[in-house]
Amino acid sequence: MTTRKRNENMGLIAPAEPKPEMQVWEALNLALNEAMAEDEAVFILGEDVGLYGGSYRVTQGLYARYGEWRVRDTPISENSFTGLGVGAALVGGRPVVEIMTINFALLALDSIINMAAKLRYMSGGQFIVPLVVRMPGGVAKQLAAQHSQRLEHTLANVPGLRILAPATPQDSYWQLRQAIDSDDPIVFLEHELLYWKKGPFDPKAEPLPMHAAQVVRRGRDVTLIAWHRMVDVSLEAAQRLEAEDGILAEVIDLRSLRPLDMPTLAASVSETHRALVVEEDCRFAGFGAEIAAELSERCFTDLDAPIGRVAGADVPTPYNARLEARSIPDAEQVVQAVRRLLGPREEVVE
Amino acid sequence: MQKSEARAIYHDLLLAREFEQAAAEAYTQGKIGGFLHLYPGEEAVAIGTLHAADAGDYVVSTYREHVHALVRGISPRAVMAELFGKATGCSRGYGGSMHLFDRERRFLGGYAIVGETFTVAIGVGYWIAMNEGRDAVLCYFGDGAANQGTFHESLNMAALWKLPVLFICENNHYQIGTEIHRHTAVPEIHRHGVAYGIPGRKVDGMDVLAVLEATREALRLIRDGAGPQLLECETYRYRGHSMADAGAYRSALEVAELAARDPVRQFEKIACGNGWLKTEECEALARQVREEVEDAVRFADESPEPERLDEGVHAEPFHLYGEARS
Repeated sequence: MTTRKRNENMGLIAPAEPKPEMQVWEALNLALNEAMAEDEAVFILGEDVGLYGGSYRVTQGLYARYGEWRVRDTPISENSFTGLGVGAALVGGRPVVEIMTINFALLALDSIINMAAKLRYMSGGQFIVPLVVRMPGGVAKQLAAQHSQRLEHTLANVPGLRILAPATPQDSYWQLRQAIDSDDPIVFLEHELLYWKKGPFDPKAEPLPMHAAQVVRRGRDVTLIAWHRMVDVSLEAAQRLEAEDGILAEVIDLRSLRPLDMPTLAASVSETHRALVVEEDCRFAGFGAEIAAELSERCFTDLDAPIGRVAGADVPTPYNARLEARSIPDAEQVVQAVRRLLGPREEVVE
Repeated sequence: MQKSEARAIYHDLLLAREFEQAAAEAYTQGKIGGFLHLYPGEEAVAIGTLHAADAGDYVVSTYREHVHALVRGISPRAVMAELFGKATGCSRGYGGSMHLFDRERRFLGGYAIVGETFTVAIGVGYWIAMNEGRDAVLCYFGDGAANQGTFHESLNMAALWKLPVLFICENNHYQIGTEIHRHTAVPEIHRHGVAYGIPGRKVDGMDVLAVLEATREALRLIRDGAGPQLLECETYRYRGHSMADAGAYRSALEVAELAARDPVRQFEKIACGNGWLKTEECEALARQVREEVEDAVRFADESPEPERLDEGVHAEPFHLYGEARS
């Protein structure tokens, strides 16, 4: 952790302004800033979100602008400050809880799963729980096993939750605004390696629906289904497949895991007849298994091959950089998997 | 004490006892399912604390919360119907005995995971403080809950930000079958606030007047801006932990000793002795309460069941697989 002088606290400098090209953290920062300016019920809490400005700068400048009650630095008590968010949401607040990394969210699962997801239902629909829980995760750079997890599999199985996973600055902005506007509890997954990703940004553009998947590359031979950083890995693989094999891969960015936009996936697969799920999380009982199973049922007669999966290895994430890279999919693995899926091509048959 | 106040307290004491007796009967008849945690012996705590609270205050309670709900003004019909799983219940039949809610009366549940009440309470307290409100939060917990991390985490945050929360320990000396000396190193729960600078006070939880007075004082301090307070009410439950527990880990002598300090009889004696209530009034109230409870059981019995499986899961319903909803 870098040492900063007191007067350099990022909570006290200016928040991000909209510009035609933004980084993911800036887009998230802008979304929070706008939501807080528009609605006084919106407040942020989490570890180092205030004066420090957030571990990934996502709350930069908001402490100075909105004060300590609306940008609250909490003690290291993940379950209780997430539960605090649930309690405040029950009585009129619209809290945005930042859990420093998804790994710490394991300590807060009681508040998320036992309370946030269930209170509306258990109360016979009397209460709303407009809570957003943001959590950065994924395999980053040598953070080792306790700081490199993906928890899609755990959270996607919980009735009462929505789960978003934006991969671009534009989606990060749109989906965070939509999540804060929603009256339901939402887990907002961020990827630690995407915060500095740049992309085009237009605050005035018509947003996609919060739960829509998006075809980010057109193709006709195979559909690659991915979310978060695996979208970029899939796009890189698709470029190589076109250049090296003449295979045109369609790439879909899921954007939302729960609900899951099956119509968009099924429409693509009915054209390409093949699908590969590219998942950073572990394969066994992972979220990709849900996609593959549902697609198989819906598109059985359209499919020319079983649905393939490329996913993380069944190991805790190693510290060693080379081993770490091997523990999650890369473009090469995706390319190989697509080649296997499509079988021998005419041009390579002797 | 005003006669009307004494009457209201006595009514609630009788109602609490009678209601739980009827619930136990309905449970043995198979009309109530799941877990059923009853309150006889502990009535002075819910009744003393809630009679000291204002209508604007919020209540966050545990899974042993039928009486808290009743005293807060949720009708015996709505509570009993919830126990019966009926659509007319205060949670429309979706919550059950451990999850009673009433938005209008600021009754925020019924939590079945030990230690959750703390975090909900500090969340509500945070919202009140952020908006500079005058309301307070009454947060109930048992002696067993004092060993959950959320207790210490929440006390810390409540003290740090001076949240208007009254933490009320219903110390009945047992976490299910484990006696307090075997589960807590420092069994004086009110002393646990010391680490967080939260004033703690112990009160006889079998004495409704003592609880009433202590709660009034604590709420006054909270409204004066003194920050969170901790009130330990020493009490006792006559029955087992739930209907599934015969309570065999306690001696008959122990139960008899505590029953000799019964909160209902104790108050009755004081109220009649001080002339707040007359014997005839007591008898009339007892008859009235019996009728109220009989009516509640009849109402619950005759009420319809909830129909829709997915009613109220989300405020903005969606199709899990993205299809447009019909």
